[in-house]
Amino acid sequence: MSQEFPYLPDESVVAVQRGPQPGGAGGAYRAFGETLRGLKTTFARIVEGPVTIQYPEEKTPVYPRFRGRHKLHRFEDTGLEKCVGCSLCAAACPADCIRVVAAENDPDHRVSAGERYAEIYEINLARCIFCGYCEVACPFDAITMGHEYELADYNREDLVFTKEMLLAEPVERTPLRREGE
Amino acid sequence: MTLPLAEVGFAEATWILVVKSIVIFAAVFAIAPVLTVIERKVLGRFQARYGPNRVGPFGLLQPLADAVKLITKEGYRPDNAVPILWAVAPAIVIFTGVATLAIIPFGNVKDGVGFYGIDVSIGILYFFAFGSIAFYGLLLGGWASGSKYSFLGAMRSAAQLISYEISMGLALLGAIMMAGSLSLVSIVEAQDSIWYVIPQIVGFLIFMVAGFAEANRAPFDLPEADAELVQGYQTEYGGMRYGSYALAEYIEMFVVSGVAVTFFLGGWHGPGPGWLDPIWVLVKILALVFVFMWVRATVPRIRYDQLMSLGWKVLLPLATLNVLVTAVLVTTT
Repeated sequence: MSQEFPYLPDESVVAVQRGPQPGGAGGAYRAFGETLRGLKTTFARIVEGPVTIQYPEEKTPVYPRFRGRHKLHRFEDTGLEKCVGCSLCAAACPADCIRVVAAENDPDHRVSAGERYAEIYEINLARCIFCGYCEVACPFDAITMGHEYELADYNREDLVFTKEMLLAEPVERTPLRREGE
Repeated sequence: MTLPLAEVGFAEATWILVVKSIVIFAAVFAIAPVLTVIERKVLGRFQARYGPNRVGPFGLLQPLADAVKLITKEGYRPDNAVPILWAVAPAIVIFTGVATLAIIPFGNVKDGVGFYGIDVSIGILYFFAFGSIAFYGLLLGGWASGSKYSFLGAMRSAAQLISYEISMGLALLGAIMMAGSLSLVSIVEAQDSIWYVIPQIVGFLIFMVAGFAEANRAPFDLPEADAELVQGYQTEYGGMRYGSYALAEYIEMFVVSGVAVTFFLGGWHGPGPGWLDPIWVLVKILALVFVFMWVRATVPRIRYDQLMSLGWKVLLPLATLNVLVTAVLVTTT
């Protein structure tokens, strides 16, 4: 072939489009069988049923280590806030979205267990990148990443979460994946 | 053997025909939107999802929402479109679809009223005549849009029509010869003992394959081929004009299934008392419509040259052979 057509370098280089074998009547028979096989495959999907999670009603379960909206914690026995207003989380935050203003504790009405407490603790979730560094930086495990992920809102101002909002229990718990799921 | 071309069982009063036409129109525009939502739900199930289930109970009001959306859209016409033809083309498709439904028998004559639109003497030729006119809707729509994609889609539909209409006719010819009549009512009556799907299995399969092409359904939806031609002949249409084309596709699917039921699946024959006849026809038609959706969910659109070679090299010889064998058997026995 390369002798007859010297401009064709080699047969291995030329892309030749060939129909599948066998052609003709055998091909029609094969195509018919393959079509039936395809029909069987698609029908098996009906038998299996939908795998859709109907989102607003059902929610995708999250993994235990999922990094959602932050939570501030209290001591369960005394009810005092764990946060002592050290601002380490604000220092660790790469997005610079945490604002902490500390104040001295009044010995009669203690807010936190330490010497000082966070008078203002705000997280601007519009800026937060959910990296979890604040959680790592916190020496008292006062701030952790929760599981809520439905954070959309209409105004940016509404996305600045105050201390009261971060301390409050979530209204609706996000479903959690079980071990090994 | 002479075919009784111009012999019709009985004639009905004009007012009965008028009432029937109104009923047929009402039925068509009730069934076709329901088919759209059924198709979307069935396709969803085939893809392991639910399909529309938000509007109304089980999403059954989805076509209503779609219609409101389409009707309230701006009626836009491209500058280089041919105005009258462009507007008439979708109407042609709807008209032919509804007109063809008139001959599908849903039951025998009861109390002097036939359960069908009309028992025309030319029978199935009427179906082919209107089926060919329906392609004018596609052709004119594609040509009058003044767009290259539309034009390509229109040309494809023309080529498709020529390749498949012949095989389709030949596929039905076997059943016509066995029944000895062109009238659809007589053909159903002739299937009293055995449905023609058994002796005419080849004809049935060829008719169904050609029917997919006739209704422009996957895998033969080359005229609209959204992957290559945007939307083919529908590209420049919007609003309810586009909706008409979409609706016509479902009517066409229903009609092709109806003809297949009449010719091969025994029409209204089925177990149970006589009043079940229309229900049997409807059940059979819907079963075939499900096959249409099933195939759409399964088979990818075939290439243009594959379409041509399938039509001319496989279906046409097979259909001819089927007709010849049937003719020999019918004349000898």
